[in-house]
Amino acid sequence: MDDFFSFDLLTATLRFSAPLIFAAMGGLLCERAGVMNIALEGFMLVGAFAAAAGTYYAETPFAGLVAGMAAAMLAATIHAFWCVTLRGDQIVAGTAINLLGVGIPAFLLQRIWGTPGGSPQVERLPGIGAGLNVLVPVALVLVPIVHYVVYQTRAGLRIQAAGEHPRAAASVGIDVVRYRYACVIASGALAGLGGAYLSIGDLSQYTNNMAAGRGFIAIAAVIFGNWTPFGTLGATLLFGAAQATRVQVQALGLNVAPDLIGALPYLLTLIVITGLVRRSDPPAGLGKHATAE
Amino acid sequence: MGLPSRISGLLPALLSSLAAVTVALLAGAMVIVFTGDDPVEAYRALFSGAFGGRRPIAETLVAATPLICGGLAFAVAAKAGMFNIGIEGQLLVAGLASGLVGAYAWNLPASIYLPLGVLSAMAAGGIWGAIPGVLKARFGSHEVITTIMLNYLAERLINYVISTEERFPVDPRSQSTQPVDPEARLPNLLDGTRLHWGFVLALVAAVVLWYVLFRTTLGYRVRAVGLSRGAAAYAGIPWGRTIVLAMVASGVLAGLAGAGQTLGLQGRHINLSAGYGFTAIAVGLVGRNHPVGVVGAGILFGAITSGATRMQNTAGTSKEIVQVLQGLVILSVAAFAAAGHFRLGQRLSARFGGGSAGRASGNDRSSGVGMGPEIEPQPGPPVL
Amino acid sequence: MAHPQQPGADAPPVIEMLGIVKRFPGVVANDGIDLVVLRGEIHALLGENGAGKSTLMNVLFGLYRPDEGVIRVDGKPAAFAGPRQAVGAGLGMVHQHFMLIPRFSVTENVILGAEGNSTLHLDRDAAEQTVGALAEEYGLRVDPRAKLADLPVGMQQRVEILRALYQGSRTLILDEPTALLTPQEVDELYAVLHRLREGGGTIIFITHKLREVAAISDRVTVIRRGKTVGTRITKETTAPELAELMVGREVILRVERPPASPGEPVLVAENLVVTGSRGEPALRGLDLTLRRGEILGICGVEGNGQTELVETLAGLRRPDSGRVRLKDQDVTGQDPIALRRAGLSYIPEDRHNRGLVLDFPLTENVLLGNTEAAAFSRGWRILRGALDAITRRLMRVFDVRAPSPQTHARALSGGNQQKLIIARELHREPDALLAAQPTRGVDVGAIEFVHRQLVRERDQGRGVLLISFDLDEILDLSDRILVLFGGRIVGEFVSGRVSRTELGLRMGGRGEEERGGVAVAD
Repeated sequence: MDDFFSFDLLTATLRFSAPLIFAAMGGLLCERAGVMNIALEGFMLVGAFAAAAGTYYAETPFAGLVAGMAAAMLAATIHAFWCVTLRGDQIVAGTAINLLGVGIPAFLLQRIWGTPGGSPQVERLPGIGAGLNVLVPVALVLVPIVHYVVYQTRAGLRIQAAGEHPRAAASVGIDVVRYRYACVIASGALAGLGGAYLSIGDLSQYTNNMAAGRGFIAIAAVIFGNWTPFGTLGATLLFGAAQATRVQVQALGLNVAPDLIGALPYLLTLIVITGLVRRSDPPAGLGKHATAE
Repeated sequence: MGLPSRISGLLPALLSSLAAVTVALLAGAMVIVFTGDDPVEAYRALFSGAFGGRRPIAETLVAATPLICGGLAFAVAAKAGMFNIGIEGQLLVAGLASGLVGAYAWNLPASIYLPLGVLSAMAAGGIWGAIPGVLKARFGSHEVITTIMLNYLAERLINYVISTEERFPVDPRSQSTQPVDPEARLPNLLDGTRLHWGFVLALVAAVVLWYVLFRTTLGYRVRAVGLSRGAAAYAGIPWGRTIVLAMVASGVLAGLAGAGQTLGLQGRHINLSAGYGFTAIAVGLVGRNHPVGVVGAGILFGAITSGATRMQNTAGTSKEIVQVLQGLVILSVAAFAAAGHFRLGQRLSARFGGGSAGRASGNDRSSGVGMGPEIEPQPGPPVL
Repeated sequence: MAHPQQPGADAPPVIEMLGIVKRFPGVVANDGIDLVVLRGEIHALLGENGAGKSTLMNVLFGLYRPDEGVIRVDGKPAAFAGPRQAVGAGLGMVHQHFMLIPRFSVTENVILGAEGNSTLHLDRDAAEQTVGALAEEYGLRVDPRAKLADLPVGMQQRVEILRALYQGSRTLILDEPTALLTPQEVDELYAVLHRLREGGGTIIFITHKLREVAAISDRVTVIRRGKTVGTRITKETTAPELAELMVGREVILRVERPPASPGEPVLVAENLVVTGSRGEPALRGLDLTLRRGEILGICGVEGNGQTELVETLAGLRRPDSGRVRLKDQDVTGQDPIALRRAGLSYIPEDRHNRGLVLDFPLTENVLLGNTEAAAFSRGWRILRGALDAITRRLMRVFDVRAPSPQTHARALSGGNQQKLIIARELHREPDALLAAQPTRGVDVGAIEFVHRQLVRERDQGRGVLLISFDLDEILDLSDRILVLFGGRIVGEFVSGRVSRTELGLRMGGRGEEERGGVAVAD
């Protein structure tokens, strides 16, 4: 068992958790401002692809990082336009963004490189040892930053107000639409970072559908963490650990079905949102429009 | 019997869906132009790939089969006001169930074995669909989150079963169940093609769903709950039981899609998510959650899928454009719906005035899933 | 109409709204309202529900643009583009339904939107001190660190007041501020308002309760049906005079109504205690008996328990205690289906969210609540032919004007929508009929039609319970009148032997103080 609870398991947990942390922090900001965001998956995919493409053309992964964030922010702007300006259904728009997030990279991949499965190998972001790359500490630092922004700044207070009671926020002159746009676009930037982590941090290429549901897991983590940054961090670490354990179990050939371990986070999320274990406390104005009579 | 008015009622929906699809295809054409191809040539190749002959048409219908069933699944949940993103999981669990039942190769005649296989799929899908329904009715848990979680749970469960050959009739190397007993397979419908009886089942399901939704008190209750929870409570229709029922029906229909793939097309359950459950959402939305519309939209999306290969081969446009088109269609439909509601909202406020003169009517904007501009957070169980 | 006698004419007017007209399609909400508020006074704005008070305040705050009229604030013409500008001009609103965020602390609620000049960091300690000092200054005892959700309602209201003061408001507008308060909290509110006035503040106090006008205001402006009917110095007027001004004298409609011949009791409520949606006590031991062949009118100002009473009788709400009997059956806590089967029909006050599914065709709206009836279904199958035929007949008999039975209810006018509901509910031939606000927001022709139907039902031996905020309607139709105030029946009268003024006084809560003051005048 010494092998099992090892340094490797810890680093593997961080490795699997980091992209979830990026996306989940984005999702948290977005939901705190009152916009349901199931489009994180799409943002991550677009970000991952643009990061690989950017690295390929600019020949430096840092340019790729910028490209990944920018592309995901563009996708987020579209999402915000549909959800906030058109007042469309937030779930429907998110579903569409997710399909586009799968389709557009796959389409462009074929177009640019003629390779159906994935992009050519590109340069990776620098590592910091133990199989971790430079974005891992960034992810960890991001959590207290988001905590500070939400709880200790004027903008954070207004974001919360927009998410809790948009009409009350509007009644004291807060531009709810602007704050919601800002948060959705910020969630795009962060999820885009999470995507870049996958393509130019962890791997060194884009492969089709490589987010593999991490965007959805990130939303689950936000709910699991009760919409608080540190709670959400805990949830992403739990999900990351479950994934790391699954891999570890497989590698060591232990007599536990890895898939059943892998199922635990989802099962736990299902139980948590019943509110039986602990009160689930979503922003009261989630999904509500600001000026609804 | 009121035929003209009924046609005039359906016509705007049809036109709006067609307009949305047209706008999406135009946007798709821009994407194609942007990447340096000829959109006219691409779409022509797509069309002939989908409808140019017996084989292409059969392939279009093959692709449409799970989309029609999945679209019906989305529609019935939406009628009750539920957004079922879990069709994918329900479909896969059902496919696995029927695959296992068929792979056990019990010595049964087709007249028993085939219905048993199909029913096992429907039961598995129904159970997987019931869970989010119960969680919402009992605890108010948002179905979008629970169905997403159940999709992943389904994936893990299937992974586990497929890799456990000592307990189940599966083949981990090919990542599938053992082949289904011939007596349990859905027969072929058209010689020399892959079209199977699953397509007929899908059409039957559409007719049955239409009848139940629009001709029975059961369907009436489902629709009433979806359109106005307040009016349903006024009439004494229990909200919780009704949404659970709708979610079970939704899972059963998704299960039928799984049965078609496993017992019809593939002859075994393959551990691969083809994403039909997500395309089904687009099918439901474009079909306006009406069984007839869903059949039409299912065939449209089936055509795009099956024609894409031909398009890639002859026009050089990557077949991955299919998912782009699907996403654009959903965005387009959502925009049209939002615009429609916007106009409606203006009409209403014009009629009822504002302030103390008239009251904002809360249910005006929440009519059914996918068409409403917003999902209202549920205020918990009703007063009784 | 100008203010007749100005008290302390030395005080300059803070707010002048002259000749305000605000029309909505089909309705004139403000029809020439004059309101002049002087610096340093507490000015009550008195009127029934729907008199136009809220519209007037929305006009003042720039939420609606008036069609006619002049607004001056501090003597300068003012046309605010929105609440923000109104706040900038020194106006502050204390909403009836607080615009506060439960999860925030008191301080966060107060400073939201005006957090000070630091762009990034939120200095909570400094803000808490500021808010604490401000609270101290005005005697608004409230802990700046407390979470809003943990505070009682009266305390939350203070937070709203505090926020207005923090934003620099010198004129406070309170919209029905006592609606949710306990008597003790009301007294504390009065004390706070007096202190504010002594500090040079001006207060507009919107209410429909006469007792409050007398208790708190210096002057009072009464509006009725969108018009100012008078401004008085509170000390120089009387409650009866105000009641008369508020409810008016003229009779709009007259319904042919032969004398009633009440029979045995058909619907009886005993000692009903019901909790409202916000957890407040809504009915506090209510008794009533409805007899066959009578129209029993329940009058009262909105928010005194009407909604809860109707929903409890209709099976949509379960009483905490008490009993409901329908004919010989105890039906307490039974669901709407069982109640319908037992002989109850119900015209709900909310047409759009209760009475109709707006996106259903008329046929399916006729089916609402009737799915079990033999005329409409066999097993699970809906008898569409029968449903269509019945719908057509009802449309003809009840004069529901629509192109076809397949038309969606949404496309109908309010009057036709209401007629459809009434047709459906009367088609069942009930023993007892609950009619809640049956003519709210419908045109005059439909009102007459609805009234005739109710009288006809009475004459056929049914019991009709009429709940309305419209006193004219109650007086026109009822054989007996009950006054509902604060979740209790505070007066019972026989129609024709009670003055409008007397009813107005009761509705405003007068006579409630004298214990057991239930005046039975038969």
